[in-house]
Amino acid sequence: MGEELVYLDNAASSWPKPEPVVRAVERMVREVGANPGRSGHRLSVEAARAITEARCAMAGLLGASNPLRVVFTKNATEALNMAIRGLLRPGDRVVVSSMEHNSVMRPLMAERGRGVEVEVVRCSPEGRLDPDDVKRALKRRTRLVIHVHASNVSGCVTPAAEIGRIAREHGAFYCVDAAQSAGCLPIDVERMNVDLLAFTGHKSLYGPQGTGGLYVAEGVDAHLQPLMAGGTGSLSEREEQPAFMPDRYESGTPNTPGIAGLLEGVTFVASLGVDTIRRHETSLAALLMDALSEIPGVRVVGPTDRESRVAIVSIVVAGMDPGEIAYRLDEDHGVLCRPGLHCAPSAHATLATFPAGTLRFSIGYFNTEEHIHRAVSALKSIVAKGG
Amino acid sequence: MSATPRSVILFESVTAAFMAEKVLKAEGIAYKIIPVPRYLSSECGVCVRIDEADAARARAVLEGRVAVADILPLRHEGP
Repeated sequence: MGEELVYLDNAASSWPKPEPVVRAVERMVREVGANPGRSGHRLSVEAARAITEARCAMAGLLGASNPLRVVFTKNATEALNMAIRGLLRPGDRVVVSSMEHNSVMRPLMAERGRGVEVEVVRCSPEGRLDPDDVKRALKRRTRLVIHVHASNVSGCVTPAAEIGRIAREHGAFYCVDAAQSAGCLPIDVERMNVDLLAFTGHKSLYGPQGTGGLYVAEGVDAHLQPLMAGGTGSLSEREEQPAFMPDRYESGTPNTPGIAGLLEGVTFVASLGVDTIRRHETSLAALLMDALSEIPGVRVVGPTDRESRVAIVSIVVAGMDPGEIAYRLDEDHGVLCRPGLHCAPSAHATLATFPAGTLRFSIGYFNTEEHIHRAVSALKSIVAKGG
Repeated sequence: MSATPRSVILFESVTAAFMAEKVLKAEGIAYKIIPVPRYLSSECGVCVRIDEADAARARAVLEGRVAVADILPLRHEGP
């Protein structure tokens, strides 16, 4: 083929990574290596410094004034499990949107099996969550409101600040799944009344896989049972888990090389500015949506206006299987995207794309107009040949 | 071997110790992160050593920013 790959699968994992991310991971493995803070020698100190800097950078990006409220995990799924399973008890009620990823739905279904009532608020066929519907669902006493900030299927953005305010007014905890938004949508956890926010490091934060975290607002930890217990490098003489942040939720040796890389990813995002990244990605998404809409038989799912979405563009092609198209895009054109249900069957049911799923193109900061043109022209040629 | 009297700042967590390091660095207070001397009871394995003369200032700049478990005189020359 010889041609540069066109990577449009950034919602699954962003690629390429900024060079400082790669260098930081390598340096941490090659030159530092030690267990962060546990031992007190120079390499241990250096490893702990990197994690502290990452915690501060992450808190800054999320608008959290206290970095100790940021807990590192291996991914957003772990963070969401910590939030859901740590907070809910039998007899509790939770309100969730119908656009959720399985990283929210599966732990919720497990909780339902233990006597938690789960009310799913139906979103519009574009994937929009109506705050008034959330308000109606909150007429009954509810422990937790949880929803995805930006859909991994339709790209639709949820009005989080408004829903946060509604949850607060109704005395419910408010948890946001920011897997697809942290780094490409402005987030301010304090202004948005967020109690818990799960993020992943390897998507719009440009860090390595195996990094993520959970923001836990002041006071929420008293209600949030840790899922894991173990060594923290603190209170070593005691056999009970420390109650303070972040040790309460961070047991065992962390992914120091990954977190060192995440620090560089977050620094990259912060130095460009989330708004700059969003402008670039949104303009490419608009270009892609416009071009795709002109191909006969192609339907773009999700909202049509730019402001209501992140740079995720899902389509269905009449009479053709998304998996077959994705295969041809990869094999014949070097265009990489993702077909199917994207681990979000409920979202596809909402968008009327279940069970066939969609073909999803997801844009990152390193994509260019040339990538979009190549993807569109490849798709045109595949559609022209037919299914 | 320096005869300068030293103090150690103790913290409940490793994270707090390293948050304190950022503050002390920004404030221009000389410090070193060291393992907690064995004779001291500490909640975490590392502490921050400073000159005793800086102890009051260190306490003041950390106030409200990083939770300090204790600031104690360092009894011996080490580490």
